[in-house]
Amino acid sequence: MADAPSNEVLHDMHERMVRIRIFEEEAGKLMENGKVPGALHLYVGQEAVAAGIMVHLTDADQITSTHRGHGHVVAKGGQFKEMYAELYGRAAGYNKGMGGSMHISNLDIGILGANGIVCGGPPIAVGAAFSNKYRETDQVAVPFFGDGASNEGAFHEAANMAALYKLPCVFVCENNGFGEYTSQKRHQAIRDVADRAAGYGMPGVIVDGMDVIAVYEAAGEAIDRARRGEGPTLLECKTYRFYDHVGVRGMGIDYRSDEEVEEWKRRDPIKLLEDRMAEQDVLSSDAAAAIHERVRKEALEAIEWADASPYPEVETLLNDVYYDGE
Amino acid sequence: MAAATDQATREIPYIAAITEGVRQSLHEFPESFVIGEDVAVAGSVFGIYKGLLDEFGEKRIVDTPISEAGIMGLGVGAAATGLRPIVDIMFMDFIGECMDEVSNQMAKMRFMFGGKAKLPVTVIMLGGAGMSMAAQHSQSLEAWLCHLPGLKVMMPATPYDAKGAIIAAVREENPIFVILNKISLGITGPVPEEPYAIPIGEAIVRREGSDLSVVAIGRMVHEALTAAEELAGDGISLEVIDPRTVQPFDTATVVTSVKKTHRAMIVHEAVRFAGIGGEIAAQIQEEAFDYLDAPVARLGAPFSPVPYSPPLEQAYMPDAKRIAATAREILGR
Repeated sequence: MADAPSNEVLHDMHERMVRIRIFEEEAGKLMENGKVPGALHLYVGQEAVAAGIMVHLTDADQITSTHRGHGHVVAKGGQFKEMYAELYGRAAGYNKGMGGSMHISNLDIGILGANGIVCGGPPIAVGAAFSNKYRETDQVAVPFFGDGASNEGAFHEAANMAALYKLPCVFVCENNGFGEYTSQKRHQAIRDVADRAAGYGMPGVIVDGMDVIAVYEAAGEAIDRARRGEGPTLLECKTYRFYDHVGVRGMGIDYRSDEEVEEWKRRDPIKLLEDRMAEQDVLSSDAAAAIHERVRKEALEAIEWADASPYPEVETLLNDVYYDGE
Repeated sequence: MAAATDQATREIPYIAAITEGVRQSLHEFPESFVIGEDVAVAGSVFGIYKGLLDEFGEKRIVDTPISEAGIMGLGVGAAATGLRPIVDIMFMDFIGECMDEVSNQMAKMRFMFGGKAKLPVTVIMLGGAGMSMAAQHSQSLEAWLCHLPGLKVMMPATPYDAKGAIIAAVREENPIFVILNKISLGITGPVPEEPYAIPIGEAIVRREGSDLSVVAIGRMVHEALTAAEELAGDGISLEVIDPRTVQPFDTATVVTSVKKTHRAMIVHEAVRFAGIGGEIAAQIQEEAFDYLDAPVARLGAPFSPVPYSPPLEQAYMPDAKRIAATAREILGR
C-alpha cells in the first residue's frame, strides 16, 4: 500500500480541488448566461481525480486531457486568467483564442491538450511516454479518458503499445458512468473498465474517484511504477459528473434521475476531504471557507480581466497553421 | 523552380534512394527514429528500410503492432515532446485507420495550441496502382491530405527527389507526408551520395516546351515525359512540370509556364473528381485566364475504385498514350 498523504499534500490537493470547483462554477455561469461562446463540458464532481493524480506530477510530466478538460488544466497548474481568456476566445488565452474550452492546453506545464475527439489523447500520451523513454528521462505521461473513450479503437491500440514497449504511462480512466448521455450499462457489457487491463498485460486498479486520498495513494503507486520503468497501469477512478454533459443544466435531456445525482452529491469529493481534514484537525471549517472565498475572488477578478482583454486580430489567423521559424 | 540535377553521376534505384535518405536523416538527427509495421526485422514489406535495424538498433527502428491509429498518435506525441519521428504507414490506403490522428490531432495541434506546439514528424507511405494490389492497396489519396491546413505533402517522382524529399521532410518542422510510388521502386536515376534536400514547395520544369504545359503529379511525370518525347517527333512541344510538393503548391511555376504556352493539362493518378487537378485548374484560370487559348484539361482515374484485373487496371491509370492523345486534341493536331 502506498504512503498516506502528508498534511502538506492534503492542503495541496484541497487547494487544487477548490480551484477546479470554483473555476467551473463560474465558467458554467458564463456559458449559461451567454457570456462565453461555444460549449463547455464541466468537471464539477470529478475534482478528486485530477487533484489526486496531478499532485504527483511535475511540470515536466505530460498529460492529455479530454473535452471535459478544465479540471485537469487547473490541477496541473493552469492559471485562471489565461484559462478564462481562452474560454472568452481572447488573444491572452493559453491558446491565443484559437482552441477554446475543448482544446485548452499549456505545453509549458506538460499539457498536450484537452481534446474534442473522444480518445484523441491516449495515443498522443503514448507518444509522449515513448519520447520520455527514448530521451531517458524520468517523465511520466498520463492520458485521462472516460468510460466512453474506453470503447474507442484508439484506446485499445494505445494501451497495447504502451504495455508492449513498457512505457512510462498511467492510463487514468475517469468512469463517470456516462458516455455523453448514454449510461455505462448501455455502452459496455463490463462494469469495471479496469478489467480491460489484463488484456494488455498491465495492472488494472479500481479506486473510489470521489475520495482524493484513495486516488492519491493508487496514483502514487502507478506513477512510481511508471517512473521505475516497469510500464503502464490502468487506473480506473469511479466518479460522477454533477453537471450535465454540456454546461450546468445542459440540454434538458432526460437520461438520469435527480435521485441518482443527489446520491452522488452526498459524496461530494471536496466535502469528503474537508470533513476528513476537519476530523484530523488539519483544516477547520472557517479556514476552508476562507480558501473558497479567496479562490472565488481570484476567479471573479480573472473573469473581469479576461473579459476586458482584446480578441485576436483577424490578421493573426494564419500565423500558427504552420511553424515558419517564428 | 529549382535547378536540374546535373552534379550527380551515380545512378541508383528509387528504392535505394529512399533507404539512403532515411539512413542519412537518422545520422543527422539523433532524435529521429523510424516506427511502423514491419519496418525493423522485415525492413518494410517494400524493402525500403533494409539494413537499418542492424545499423541503428531497436531503439531507433521500431516495429509496431498493426495499429495505425496508435502509430500515428505516437508520432504526434513524440514530435510534440522533442523527438523527430519518421512514421511509416506502408500502403497509403491504410491512412483511413488513423485519419483522426492525422486530421484532428497532427494537422491542428499547433494551431489549436496557439502556436506552442512544434511537430517535426515525417510520414512515409506508398501509393499508386499498377501491381494488381486491388482497391485497398493501390490508391492515390493525396487530395485528402492536401485539404488539411497544417500538413505538407510531397510526391517525389525520381530517385533524386525521393532521397531529397525524405531529407527535406525530416528537417522540416511541420508535419509532412512523403508519398512514394510503389511501382517506381525499381526505376533508376542519378543520386548524389552526400545528403541533400529538395526545396519543399518548389516545382521543377522537367522538360521545356512551347505548346502546352503538362502538370504531372508523382509517377505521371514519367508518363508525361514519354508523351512529350513521342509528340516532339510530330513537332508538338510539351512543357512538363513536376510540382514535387503538392501542399504547399507552387502555383507560380505553373502560371509562368501557362503564360508562355497558353494551354494546360493536369495529370494525376488519383480519381479525377475532386482530385487536386481541379484545384490546379482553378488556380490557373484565376491567375492566367487571359493567357489561355483552350480550356484547362484534366486527366485522372475514372470515378471507380482501383480494379484488380490487369487490363482493367492498365486502362484505369492515365498513361503516356492518353496524355499524348489529349495533347493532340487540345492542340488540334
